[in-house]
Amino acid sequence: MRVVVAGAGTIGSLFAAHLARVADVAVLTRREEHARTLNEQGLRVSGRSDFTARVTASTDPAEFGDADLVVLACKGGDLEPLATSLAGHFANATVMTVQNGLGAEDVVAVHGAWPLLSAVTFMSGTRHEDSHVEYVLDTATWIGPYRDTTQADAESIADLIRAAGLKAEAFDDLRPAQWSKLIFNATVNAVAALTGLPHDFHFAAGMLGGLVHDLTDEGKAVAAAAGVALSEDPWEMNVHATQHGHAHYPSMLEDVNAHRPTEIELITGSLVRAAKQHGVAVPLHTTLYRLVKAKEASYS
Amino acid sequence: MRVAIIGCGAVGSLFAANLAQLDDVDVWAYDLAREHVDAINANGLHLSGAGEVVGRLRATTDAAELPPCDFGIVATKAMHTSAAVAATAHAFANGCVATVQNGLGNEEAIAEHVERVIRGTTFPAGKILAPGHVQWDVKGDTTLGPFEPQPAPFAQVERLADACTRGGMPTTAVADARGPQWRKVIFNAATNPIGALTGLTHGRVVERPDLRKLVSGLVDEGKAVAAAQGIELDADPEDLIDHAAKPEVAYDHKASMLQDVEARRTTEIDYLNGGIVRFGREHGVPTPLNQAIWALVKGVEDSWTK
Repeated sequence: MRVVVAGAGTIGSLFAAHLARVADVAVLTRREEHARTLNEQGLRVSGRSDFTARVTASTDPAEFGDADLVVLACKGGDLEPLATSLAGHFANATVMTVQNGLGAEDVVAVHGAWPLLSAVTFMSGTRHEDSHVEYVLDTATWIGPYRDTTQADAESIADLIRAAGLKAEAFDDLRPAQWSKLIFNATVNAVAALTGLPHDFHFAAGMLGGLVHDLTDEGKAVAAAAGVALSEDPWEMNVHATQHGHAHYPSMLEDVNAHRPTEIELITGSLVRAAKQHGVAVPLHTTLYRLVKAKEASYS
Repeated sequence: MRVAIIGCGAVGSLFAANLAQLDDVDVWAYDLAREHVDAINANGLHLSGAGEVVGRLRATTDAAELPPCDFGIVATKAMHTSAAVAATAHAFANGCVATVQNGLGNEEAIAEHVERVIRGTTFPAGKILAPGHVQWDVKGDTTLGPFEPQPAPFAQVERLADACTRGGMPTTAVADARGPQWRKVIFNAATNPIGALTGLTHGRVVERPDLRKLVSGLVDEGKAVAAAQGIELDADPEDLIDHAAKPEVAYDHKASMLQDVEARRTTEIDYLNGGIVRFGREHGVPTPLNQAIWALVKGVEDSWTK
């Protein structure tokens, strides 16, 4: 089994190092220096796993020959140029996207006839250096068929990932879970980023709870128009999460507090674009999208 | 005639110091900020900036000291209207009370405590530099009119407007003062909270095309609520928004609500977007964007106390 992991940020590094224990792994990096370091030092994982993997790395996909699986693990904003660079390579590979938001599969689809798997990952980590990643949250990666693939294909990749020491689950259709998570994330992250509130009881009651409820309703209307039957009700996910006891700080709140760019474009942006595509009005999500973009502009 | 300024912050001080220039007007000021009151009594009330003025007047933190007055001008933040007027209502048993505050609902709150009420809107602005010393940032007009459910006689409205004008605060008495009031409320509700939520100055809010659309969405809801009440705006709030965004006007101005949020002070959102939502509900006009903005700013306030 030969796997190419394209993109060696936190998620890409976690996939590459673990998969290298059960497959022959090549890593496509953006920087020459990054590839050289990986070739010389390997890729160390700490935290929930503790080992150093041997990988081959390059900035040029032509150097890798063919592969059975290509995992696209870059950030959503980097996907288009990455997919462009893969055109004409890996003729026999299945390509799997793991970006946040929606639509990554379609970005990739136009650049080659590869069979496509769709994935969303909830694992997390911290990249300490080019050759060292810490595995923090061992939550699953969900995989489903997208183009010219079946649930059995998703199962076999999930098996591979599990054998490598990570968690994975295959679905016959990823979209119900993907959309539930997306609507939940778009709502909770943007409201937290704008109010400064962690995800606590304010999100489930009173005036703010009313806004959160209306936001999840908008999301549900978009899902319905897109023909997606949600796996979970995002409002109930929200209520349930606020009853956990400790208030979670959504990543977008941490981003604005640290004056970093947020994932608003990938998360809420995906939902707003899908709404437009399906002719559904989402004035509230559009408002949050504009406000968070403007908040980013205030510190840049 | 005797006029008491209820709430002698920046805007209240502009009225107090200017009215104190007139020989025929005896000016009192009621405010809870003791240092400011003491400084006014000791050295007078100083304005600088758009006009250099020193007003000699009596200031007090004790409402019981206020003598009977012909007029009150309420200039507190909107959330303090009811308490301030309740405390001072005895002075207006035979007088009329005007509001020059931001937001909606102040007249209704005043009318719970005094009989004759004057609706009002003012555009001048400033800030307190030190006790007894106020920076006069912007000159502008004031409009007064009878508050329809409990009106002051129009002759009294004219009398107060005349005094303000002679004192240096140009003021017009009109039969229906709701037009200018709603224009200012719609302007404030469409721009202040956007600055507060994003951290952007007025000019930077207006120059972002997507944010400008949000501002217009909020304006449109406000206009619909005004129209449902038969209120004719005296001018388009959109023009005021674009005018204020000019570099020489208020491009770099941080909305007062942004200043409140940065200082973690309770904002006037309940009387701006909250007011538009309440009046909208009464008249069957949906205001989903104002409702959303209201909820977000209340969420910001909640984040300080959780």
